[in-house]
Amino acid sequence: MASANSKKINLKLKVWRQKTREDAGRFEEISAQEIPVDASFLEMMDIVNNRLIKEGRDPIAFDHDCREGICGSCSMVINGNPHGPERGTATCQLHMRKFHDAQEIVVEPFRATAFPVIKDLSVDRTAFDRIIAAGGYVSVNTGNAPDANALPVPKEKADDAFNSATCIGCGACVAACANSSAMLFVSAKVNHLAVLPQGEPERERRVLRMMQTMEDSGFGNCSNTGACSLACPKEISFENIARMNAEYMKASIKRRD
Amino acid sequence: MKLDAKTPSGPIAEKWSKHKFEMKLVNPANKRKHTVIVVGTGLAGASASATMAELGYNVVTLCMHESPRRAHSIAAQGGINAAKNYQNDGDSVHRLFYDTIKGGDFRARESNVHRLAEISPNIIDQCVAQGVPFAREYGGTLSNRSFGGAQVSRTFYARGQTGQQLLIGAYQAMMRQVDAGGVKLFTRREVMDIVLVDGVARGVLARNLVTGELESYAADAVILATGGYGNVFFHSTNAKMSNATAIWRAHRRGAAFANPCFTQIHPTCIPHSGDYQSKLTLMSESLRNDGRCWVPKTPGDQRPPEQIPDDERDYYLERVYPSFGNLAPRDVASRQAKFRVDEGRGVGPTKVAVYLDFRDAIKRLGEKIVSERYGNLFDMYEKITGDNPYKVPMRIYPAVHYTMGGLWVDYNLMSTIPGLHVLGEANFSDHGANRLGASALMQGLADGYFVIPYTIGHYLAGTPLPKVDTQHEAFRAARAEIQGGIDRLMALKGSRTVDDFHRALGTIMWDQVGMSRTDVGLKKAIQDIQKLRSEFYEDVRISGEKSYINPELEKAGRVADFLELGELMARDALERKESCGGHFREEYQTPDNEALRDDENFCHVAAWEYAGQPGRTNWNRHIEPLSFENVKLATRSYK
Ligand SMILES: Cc1cc2nc3c(=O)[nH]c(=O)nc-3n(C[C@H](O)[C@H](O)[C@H](O)COP(=O)(O)OP(=O)(O)OC[C@H]3O[C@@H](n4cnc5c(N)ncnc54)[C@H](O)[C@@H]3O)c2cc1C
Ligand code: FES
Repeated sequence: MASANSKKINLKLKVWRQKTREDAGRFEEISAQEIPVDASFLEMMDIVNNRLIKEGRDPIAFDHDCREGICGSCSMVINGNPHGPERGTATCQLHMRKFHDAQEIVVEPFRATAFPVIKDLSVDRTAFDRIIAAGGYVSVNTGNAPDANALPVPKEKADDAFNSATCIGCGACVAACANSSAMLFVSAKVNHLAVLPQGEPERERRVLRMMQTMEDSGFGNCSNTGACSLACPKEISFENIARMNAEYMKASIKRRD
Repeated sequence: MKLDAKTPSGPIAEKWSKHKFEMKLVNPANKRKHTVIVVGTGLAGASASATMAELGYNVVTLCMHESPRRAHSIAAQGGINAAKNYQNDGDSVHRLFYDTIKGGDFRARESNVHRLAEISPNIIDQCVAQGVPFAREYGGTLSNRSFGGAQVSRTFYARGQTGQQLLIGAYQAMMRQVDAGGVKLFTRREVMDIVLVDGVARGVLARNLVTGELESYAADAVILATGGYGNVFFHSTNAKMSNATAIWRAHRRGAAFANPCFTQIHPTCIPHSGDYQSKLTLMSESLRNDGRCWVPKTPGDQRPPEQIPDDERDYYLERVYPSFGNLAPRDVASRQAKFRVDEGRGVGPTKVAVYLDFRDAIKRLGEKIVSERYGNLFDMYEKITGDNPYKVPMRIYPAVHYTMGGLWVDYNLMSTIPGLHVLGEANFSDHGANRLGASALMQGLADGYFVIPYTIGHYLAGTPLPKVDTQHEAFRAARAEIQGGIDRLMALKGSRTVDDFHRALGTIMWDQVGMSRTDVGLKKAIQDIQKLRSEFYEDVRISGEKSYINPELEKAGRVADFLELGELMARDALERKESCGGHFREEYQTPDNEALRDDENFCHVAAWEYAGQPGRTNWNRHIEPLSFENVKLATRSYK
């Protein structure tokens, strides 16, 4: 049984160290000794950090919180893959049993112009909040809602909306994209709200404003490789992007009329 | 210290409407002139920020996270209760009120709980209008499931990600106000102190977690919605950054702390397996709709679960509580799991676990439906343990999950510091000695969407508020004090890490202030914590700089506060010489090991006033008597 597993491994980490936003940054080689294979990737980082502190060195800064794959805080590129090698898994849910003894692991921050590094593996993703503020909502003030069952929503639609709404806003899609595009993130929100009747009235304004803000924030264009969806810890479907493109076209034409 | 709950008069079902009518209003043009600070962007803080900005107030919102959407509420799994009675199974506002009072083992204020039940249906309406994709039936109506401590189906859910969907709804509503200019949002700010001017809360002091600078924010009122303090135990289901700092600093400035020892130990979590472990992961209570808890009948039975025939299994919850079965409330289910382990019937390699088995549900419903209901939880379980719960039963064990205690608030959600309001898990208000599943999300959103937007107006309209800005002496003094504390910690350069101390505190708390408590153990805990605290101030080592992002320094401040709060929790548990809800004192139990309440002496809220000096903790204990006029004070039974 897994938790009886007392096996430990040693690893060679190459970690991106960057003191400040302005600092150029570089890789540092750090060994990770005696790592239980049942530990998560972040617990491995904790073990390493505790040793660094005891040795009087600066621990590696990284974002994390829930450690359950839902808050979207953790953001590491592991051996070239945002969130590491396992599909549908955020860094915090990745376990060391997926690695082998003496393996070299390269750990970098999510890289994108729109996500400047703050320190080491910690990046600034406030651009995502700006995109949501631009239109990723339904304008309904508190107290103005009709009875929740007044407007039936077919199960298929609710499930479809849910599948897009499950995005955790981590930014792995951006880190995976050669152009640092945020299309998967934006399209997940656009579709979540577009398929529901509640999102209907603001449908056009929403997609136009969110796309504009995405562009203004320094994200690149989509070139349809699908790398974003493969890296997504929630496996948000690539189809979202095509659907949003259609939304966007419709909205642009209508607004021009 | 005077504890005036300000409960409105009149019949329970009319109190809130009457109060809403009687409260003072701020006229629309004047709302713009008032600034309100909200600390925290979980369900409570985000919903409050959005709604107050919609009303026209100037809202300044701070959170320690990088984005408001990362608040710990995002991790809530199972669902949210509401008295909609959509299932036509006999639910009503009164039944939800009754279940919550009884579930809390008669240690919550009736008036607050009734208001919560009344508001609950509006929450669901609001969330659906925002586009929250709750689970639905084929006909398009909303689905429900059951949660512990209830015999009706009133829990609304979005797969196993209800908290995420509700929080995203509240976050989006708030971001809409950020765009409109009604909310000024400051992220990666940790509030380190509450600033009082003439005894009234007029602002906060926050550390900018990126630049390390201390920043001052002034306002007409302050709202804390900073979540619970379960991380005192180090291992809990809470997110790693969840902490007590804001409420603890407020407590030290005069806000009474109510029922600090009321901690919820959740029965179904992935068990502890090694020293490296940084947190415990919850397996939602919703799993008990279809999963059955059992252990082998014979102690020490080594056979793998599938080889143990049914008649050699003890489905202990179904046996002990025939009418609620696997849906017994959390405190009860946790204790029963502990009893089984103490009897030597625990399972798995550590023997500190019980089974939660889906074999029968899969047989009855098929794997597809089971996966539709719980797929993400099963996946999470497999990622962490390496076991497939569709094939072998889950191994689970209780873990610290939620804190019913928190800052004392009156009916208007105001603490004992005028102007300082407290919402969500950070206050103590609605769950008594045990919270029912799916009721925290309900309370957070009730507080934020539907209570504070009214009561804040009443406060602002009825209070003379002379102009105060951040140049005021009180801000300067607070800043000097906080800076002094940071400098002192950074200068220590000891030999032990912050996590080292935190784990040591957690062990004391879990062993002595956890699932079962004794006079001797609690006294020992108090001494051990005091000793650990003095060691902390001699030997902690914090690397990095104070003038830039420094997660170690952040943790150190939080652990320093936990080291005081832990002591208060032990003191509160020691003074409460009865068992109720999650507070189980071994000395006070019935012959069949159920909690034995003492209504004669303890039918009250214990509210602690800080009376410490630098370097020495001390408290005065006050009480708010509780009276039960609408639910008969009775022995709680789930048999
Ligand atoms: C794993 C898990 C599952 C759960 N599932 C359910 C469920 O199914 N149903 C249910 O009803 N309840 C559930 N709960 C409980 C529920 O999630 C919480 O009680 C609730 O979400 C708390 O919300 P909140 O708004 O009070 O605080 P939180 O969501 O904890 O938010 C706290 C906010 O305060 C900020 N903050 C904290 N301190 C500071 C500071 N010093 N300075 C600045 N900002 C600060 C944080 O950044 C954050 O924004 C669950 C809890 C856990 C742990
Ligand atoms: S830490 Fe929350 S998603 Fe990884």
